[in-house]
Amino acid sequence: MRLNVCYTTLYEYREPARHIVQLLRVTPQSFAGQSVLDWRIDVDSDVRLRAGRDGFGNVTHMLYVDRPVDRLKLTVAGSVLTQDMAGIVQGVAGELPPLVFLRPTPMTAPSPALAALAEKIAGQSAGALDRLHFLAAAINGGMRFDTESTAVDTKAAEAFEAGHGVCQDFTHIFIAAARLQGIPARYVSGHLFRRDGAHSQEAAHAWAEAWVEDLGWVGFDPANGTSPDDAYIRVATGLDYRDAAPTAGARSGGGAEELSVEVLVTRAREKGQFQSQSQVRS
Amino acid sequence: MGAARVVRKRIFDELWGGGRAPRAGFEPLASWLTDTGTGELGRRQQAAEAAFRTLGVTFSVYGEKDSAERIIPFDIIPRIFTAREWDKLSAGLEQRVRAINAFIADVYGERRIIADGVVPADIVLGNPQYCIPVAGARPPHGVYAHISGIDLVRTGAEEFVVLEDNVRTPSGVSYMIENREAMLRLCPELFDRFAVQPVDNYPDLLRDTLYSVAPHGARAPVCVLLTPGHHNSAFYEHSFLADTMGIELVEGTDLEVDDDIVWMRTIDGRVRVDVIYRRIDDDFLDPLIFNPRSMLGVAGLLAAYLAGNVAIVNAPGNGIADDKAIYSYMPDIVRYYSGEEAQLPNVETWRCREPEALRYTLDNLETLVVKLVDGSGGYGMLIGPTAASAEIEQFRAALVAEPHRYIAQPTLALSTVPTLTEQGVSPRHVDFRPFVLTGADHVCIVPGGLTRVALREGSLVVNSSQGGGTKDSIVLAAADGKEEQHALPYGG
Repeated sequence: MRLNVCYTTLYEYREPARHIVQLLRVTPQSFAGQSVLDWRIDVDSDVRLRAGRDGFGNVTHMLYVDRPVDRLKLTVAGSVLTQDMAGIVQGVAGELPPLVFLRPTPMTAPSPALAALAEKIAGQSAGALDRLHFLAAAINGGMRFDTESTAVDTKAAEAFEAGHGVCQDFTHIFIAAARLQGIPARYVSGHLFRRDGAHSQEAAHAWAEAWVEDLGWVGFDPANGTSPDDAYIRVATGLDYRDAAPTAGARSGGGAEELSVEVLVTRAREKGQFQSQSQVRS
Repeated sequence: MGAARVVRKRIFDELWGGGRAPRAGFEPLASWLTDTGTGELGRRQQAAEAAFRTLGVTFSVYGEKDSAERIIPFDIIPRIFTAREWDKLSAGLEQRVRAINAFIADVYGERRIIADGVVPADIVLGNPQYCIPVAGARPPHGVYAHISGIDLVRTGAEEFVVLEDNVRTPSGVSYMIENREAMLRLCPELFDRFAVQPVDNYPDLLRDTLYSVAPHGARAPVCVLLTPGHHNSAFYEHSFLADTMGIELVEGTDLEVDDDIVWMRTIDGRVRVDVIYRRIDDDFLDPLIFNPRSMLGVAGLLAAYLAGNVAIVNAPGNGIADDKAIYSYMPDIVRYYSGEEAQLPNVETWRCREPEALRYTLDNLETLVVKLVDGSGGYGMLIGPTAASAEIEQFRAALVAEPHRYIAQPTLALSTVPTLTEQGVSPRHVDFRPFVLTGADHVCIVPGGLTRVALREGSLVVNSSQGGGTKDSIVLAAADGKEEQHALPYGG
C-alpha cells in the first residue's frame, strides 16, 4: 500500500519559551517491506534542525529554538510504500544485537503478576513464535483499551494490574513478559492505517518486536491482537517508550504548556479513506 | 575492596621487607623515622590535618551516601616507591589503560572481541552498563578513558595486583597533590634525604590531556569542569582542579546546547565549549537521553557529543569497562588488544557461572571472598576467613541458586607501610590508586597517586568510611637524576 502520513504537533506556551531543545524520532527508514518515498519536517518558527542517528539506529533530529516563542508547530509528512511481510522485520540498517533487548527498564520492570503471565504463556507451547502469538492474544483479550486511565509514564506492571491502558501500555506488558521468558523484545513507535476506521483507536501507534531464532525480529501488536502488515509504518525502536517516543524535549521558560497532536494516515489514490484523530500520545 | 583478614600468609612490609634491616634504598626512611621521633611526627601530623581543615580539603569517595564533608585522616609517614618499581608499575598501567580504551572502542563499534569469543556476548550486551545511546559513536580522537584510576594492592616485592579499574569519574587526585604539599612544608628534610619526582604538575598534564582531545579544528579550545555543585562530596576536588588548571568550573545550568554545539553562558555572551571534564555520572548528563529528572546535566549534550562537536571526559558509556563482571576478563582483554600477556595481574577470580569455578568456590568458602557481580560498596559480600558458619551456609545456598551472580577471589596479603599510631610507628595495610592520563597522542602517569591506609591494626579495609586514611605516595627519581614524566606516543 502507498500510505500518506501527516503528523502535526502543536505546543502552546502560557508565557514565551526562551530556549527549546527537542529530540525528534519521527523519520521512518526503508527496509524490506517499507520504502519511504518522501518525508519532510516543517516547523512554523525559526528553528534549527540537525539530523543524526541514535544508538538504536533510529533517525533523529535535534530541534533548537533560541528566541522567545509562544507556540511551536511541528508538521511531519510523507508517503511510504508498504508490503505485508507477516510481521517479519528484515533489512534494517544499523541494528544492535538482540541480546541488548533483554534488559528490563523502569517502564518494563517485572512484577509477580507479569512473571505469572510469562509463566502461563511459557507453558502453552514449546515454540517461541507460538508463545509470542499467545502472549499478544492474551494481552489483547485480557486488557481493556482505555485512553483515560493511564499516563505517559505508567509502568507495565501498573497498567497490567489495572487491566486497561493504551497501546503504549499493552506494548510494555508484552515486552516485559517476553523478556521474562528470555526472549529479546523491543518497543516500536509508528503509524497505523485503520482499514476499519474504528474511532476508538488512536492513529499514531505503538507495538512490539520480539527476536525469534531463524526468523529474526517479528512484530506483534498486542493492542490489536495481530502482527503488523502493510497498514503499519515503522518509525523508531528502543527498549521502551522513552527510547522510541516521537518527541522528548526541554525548555527554559514558557510556563504551562498545551499540547495537541493530530495524526492523519491515508491511503494514496483512495480519497475519503482517511481518518483524523486528535491525541496526546501513542 | 575485597580483601579479607589474611590467614597464614606472609605479609610484605614496604620498609622492612620481611626482615630486620630496611630494604635496599629505604635506609634513609628508617633513619628519618628514628631521627624525627614519634612525638615530633605526631605534632607535624596534627599540623597537616589542621591545615587541611583550614583549606577545606574535604572529601568522601564518590557515590557514598554520606555527603557530609569531612577530613580523611592523614598519616605523616610517606609510602615510597623506587624508580625501578615505578617504571615497572607504570608500564603495566599503560598497557592496561590502552587495552581498556581499545575495549571500549570495540564494544561500542565493531564488537570484534565478542565475535572472536574472547568475552561472552551476554556479559557485555546484557550488561546494564552497556550504554546503548553511545553505541556506534566515536569520541573525538577515539579516546574514551582519559583519566583512569587503577586500584592496586601490593602482595610482595615484585607483586602488584589490580583490584579494580575506575574509568568513569575517578576521584582522589587532589589528595595526591595536597598530601605532597603538606609533606614538603612539614618534612622538608625528608626531601633532602631522597630525590623525589614531583606530582604538582598533574593539573598541567591534565589540562594538556583535555586540550588534546578537543574536536578537530578547535583553535584555542575552551575546556570546562562540570560539577554537580557544592553539595557534592568531592566538590573540593572539582574546584581545586578547575582552579589549578585555570578552566571554568560550571554547573549544568551554566551550559546550553544550540545547533548541536555546547555553549557556556557568561556575562559577555555565550562562549563555545569544546571539552567538558565532567564530574557527574552518565545518568545525569542529559535529561533527554538519560535520567529525565536530572537537573544536573544539559539537554542536548549527548547530541552535541554524537555530532562530534564536544569531547566529554571521561566518555559516556565507560562503565562497561570497569564493571565487576568484565573485570575477570581483563587479562584476556589485555592479551587480545596488545598481543602480550598482562604485566599487571588481576586478583585470581573464579566466575561462578562456570560449573568448575562454582564447584571450587563451594569447596573453599572458608578461605575465599565471594562477591556479587552487580553489587557494590561491600554489599552482598562474603569474607570467608572471618564469616560465621551460618553466613557461609547462607552464601552456599545463594551460590547454588544463582551462580551467575557471583565471583570468588582468594584473600590477599596486602602489603604494610609504617604508620603513626597511638602505640607508635607500626605497620598498617595499604592500597594504591595511581592516575593514568590518556590524551589524543599520549599516555602519561604522574609519579604518585593516592595511597589509602587501613588505620586499624590488622584491618584490610582502607575505605575512608571505615577508618581509612591517606598517605603521601613518593616515587624516587632514578639514580641518574632524570625526572621523566613517562610520556609515550599513544597508538591505540
